[in-house]
Amino acid sequence: MAKGFFSRGFIGRRRDPEQAGRLPPGQYLTDGFPVLSAGPTPYTPKDKWDFTVVGAVETPQRWTWDEFQTLPRVPITADIHCVTKWSKFDSKWSGFSLDAILGAAKPQAAYVLAFCDGGYVTNLPLADVTGNKAWIVDTYDGAPLPLEHGGPVRLLVPHPYFWKSAKWVRGLRIVEDDQPGFWESLGYHNYGDPWKEQRYQGD
Amino acid sequence: MERTALPGRLIWQLGRVVELIDETPRTKSLVLDVPGWLGHTAGQHVDVRLTAEDGYQTERSYSIASPPEARQVVLTVERLDDGEVSPYLTDGLQKGDQLELRGPIGGYFTWQVAAGGPLLLIAGGSGIVPLMAMIRHRAAHSSTVPTHLLYSSRDFDDIIYRQELAQLSAADPTLTITHTLTRAQPPSWTGYRRRIDRTMLAEVAWPPSERPLAFVCGPTALVETVAAALVDLGHDPLRVKTERFGASGGTV
Repeated sequence: MAKGFFSRGFIGRRRDPEQAGRLPPGQYLTDGFPVLSAGPTPYTPKDKWDFTVVGAVETPQRWTWDEFQTLPRVPITADIHCVTKWSKFDSKWSGFSLDAILGAAKPQAAYVLAFCDGGYVTNLPLADVTGNKAWIVDTYDGAPLPLEHGGPVRLLVPHPYFWKSAKWVRGLRIVEDDQPGFWESLGYHNYGDPWKEQRYQGD
Repeated sequence: MERTALPGRLIWQLGRVVELIDETPRTKSLVLDVPGWLGHTAGQHVDVRLTAEDGYQTERSYSIASPPEARQVVLTVERLDDGEVSPYLTDGLQKGDQLELRGPIGGYFTWQVAAGGPLLLIAGGSGIVPLMAMIRHRAAHSSTVPTHLLYSSRDFDDIIYRQELAQLSAADPTLTITHTLTRAQPPSWTGYRRRIDRTMLAEVAWPPSERPLAFVCGPTALVETVAAALVDLGHDPLRVKTERFGASGGTV
């Protein structure tokens, strides 16, 4: 569509080549950390909080807050890309690898549903959250993860668009068949690769 | 949660600017003729893509201000002084220019007359835009769904759609509008003069027993405050829908 079209008089801001190579198509770089969510920010007190891995697994798992904190902690630095067009380079987190969390449960199927306080759900292939590609994080920039950014813990899967990095995550369900999550049922892309600009259904 | 399906693939389309309306000193409405526009639901947005002559491209999202019943697609854009895209849209674009867009996008922050109410609309600054599409949609159907808009602006002159809102509420006893002005007020101002808070919401919003459907749109700080206060007042979190914009902070 619109081959050869340009916006009369638009110049835009060119990026240096190093930045440009790290920025997926259609994205712009921000230093801020915008907040996006579909409803009120939920809150579960830590003494009532747990994290579970259920569904098609050999051994279902449940951790209390204190138990969860005994998992091996790792630092993560990652570029993140939101479908609403902003990207942020070198965001700094710490938390627990999904390899450790899922390793304890031994998944027996190929898809994951992350479920959250507030009712949010997102879907991912298991292959996209194993092999040092995904974490449950509880700090951002050296401080406890703020509630509006998903605290006390959120999923961090930096390589797809950031809606897959579910805030307020409370557990993972392993399922046989891929099932669209919240935004994936509302016109957004099922997989969401920023480098292929898979923002919406059909992209 | 309630969902509206979005079928098909979204393609880039060229719209033509047929009118530019100065809404406030910082906001402008772009009235676009988009051939083949398949329609939208009030509350949805579009992606706009700008292409420089050398091929450089960038994209942003803008809420649709026009109701589904309108023939043209209207986007209302606030000029961000350090923005890459909004100054081009508000100051560079001229009548007759073309603009590339695709949409409509978003199937959650939407409202149709059939969804009923009561409808509680809470806006900060240009967060009014998707809510205006709902108000216009409601008016286009002569709907009597009880509706209350609580709208926070910095100053009297910053109130977007001020006259149209006044006219609509004057003609419709089921539409109530409450303004708050957070920075400066005209000498004769008798309304609220502070940011929206729990007390204001308790005074203005329906009680939770009425089960209003709430749509909150504005800067993050406003949306966080309002959504938390509504839940604290006893409203069902699943009936509070939010849309946030801007980096952390925000001053409206």
